[in-house]
Amino acid sequence: MTDATAEAAAPSPPGAWRGAAWAMRRDLRLAMRSKAELGVQLLFYVIVVALVPLGVGPDPALLRALGPGVLWVAALLASLLALPRLFAMDFADGTLEQMALSPYPLPALISGKIAAHWLATGLPLVAASPLLGLQFGLGGDELTVLALGLLLGTPTLSLMGAVGAALTLGLRNGALLALLVLPLYVPILIFGAGAVDAVRTGLGATAELSLLAAALMASLVGATLAAAAAVRMALD
Amino acid sequence: MNWFRFASPASFFPLAARLTPWFGGAAAVFAAAGLYLGLIAAPTDAQQGDAYRIIFVHVATAWMSMFIYLVMAFWCAMSLMFNARLAAMMAQALAPTGALFTALALITGALWGKPTWGTYWAWDARMTSELILLFLYFGYMALRQAIDEPRRADRASALLALVGAVNVPIIYFSVKWWNTLHQGASVSLTSAPTMAAVMLAGMLLMALAAWFYSIAIALTRVRAVILERERHAGWAGEVALAAKAAR
Repeated sequence: MTDATAEAAAPSPPGAWRGAAWAMRRDLRLAMRSKAELGVQLLFYVIVVALVPLGVGPDPALLRALGPGVLWVAALLASLLALPRLFAMDFADGTLEQMALSPYPLPALISGKIAAHWLATGLPLVAASPLLGLQFGLGGDELTVLALGLLLGTPTLSLMGAVGAALTLGLRNGALLALLVLPLYVPILIFGAGAVDAVRTGLGATAELSLLAAALMASLVGATLAAAAAVRMALD
Repeated sequence: MNWFRFASPASFFPLAARLTPWFGGAAAVFAAAGLYLGLIAAPTDAQQGDAYRIIFVHVATAWMSMFIYLVMAFWCAMSLMFNARLAAMMAQALAPTGALFTALALITGALWGKPTWGTYWAWDARMTSELILLFLYFGYMALRQAIDEPRRADRASALLALVGAVNVPIIYFSVKWWNTLHQGASVSLTSAPTMAAVMLAGMLLMALAAWFYSIAIALTRVRAVILERERHAGWAGEVALAAKAAR
């Protein structure tokens, strides 16, 4: 009897991987139930990109020169627009507090949430980018490097953005997040758009893509820990 | 002597009051000497004429803009590690001065650029990263302002400053790389002509003046911050009453 209750009170020890997987599954399921919202975020990306030719004119050479920068800046803005949904609802209904109290390590739960957030909001941007690149007259290699750069860069945007999203939890000033996060996105923008330019000039994009991968690795650890610390500050 | 005594706002407050005039006085002396060397003693530049004299202000402000961010990040780390309120207050007091110097560096740089290179602004690596540094200062101050609860404001803005400090070198090198890949109509800022000793002395004196000014103004501002945040403590009320009686 006593053994049985002890068994029930202490299930298998909570591990970081299980926590991350649980948080990711949960957030993905929630995301799948609000497909319309995700669709609107993807449309935002498409519309911002489509506005640029209307602003600067349809000259193919100019659009081809602007293409990588435009697609990357639009990806930054789309990523920023999606950030509030990462923590805000869980913070409002108390789920985040329960996560912080759970025996799973908080950074693991947070990283699961960020992974789900990227799969729901970042991956669609990556998938749509070759099509939008075609509209700007980018060629085969440029499109490949553009998509590859976004594939490596957008998770970093989600990770660094998570720190800003956690720092601004519960604050009234909605535009503050943009001020905190966008300056930190600068290196990703430079390396991402620079990779496409490098392919175009025949230099090869290995250096830029390696740096994007390095930034992803560094932020996987650093940004996750910082975001978890910021969530704890918001909950105190 | 136990230096940790001054980690308490109540005992640091009178110390800051006693130190401020010394640092302020030193700043005035250095500024007077630096301006004399820069505006009167230094010869007119053969290529740039008298327009170059703005560097005596520009270089000092640009140095301080970056240095203050480092000092701010240091106090932020102290405040997170030791949960020290005074460290967070020091960071809070330094931020506006850092932002001021960053803005001044940008403005004086633009004013210098116009007569020298014919343009107020070029997307040069240093100017661009200085602009981003200004955004980082603004982000820090805006986050502090947005959080009502002082302890959370301390910790959240400290974390932001540290994240920024980690990113500042990355941003600088990425911008520098971006700049070298886009060699357009950019101007070369690196080919500085050899400098006369009197010019160098003037610049160093101005840098010292900016440094001591920063300390004096940060100490003054931190006293205001202490009074505001410790207003519920008995000693702060006495200070306020004494100041009122003196007036």
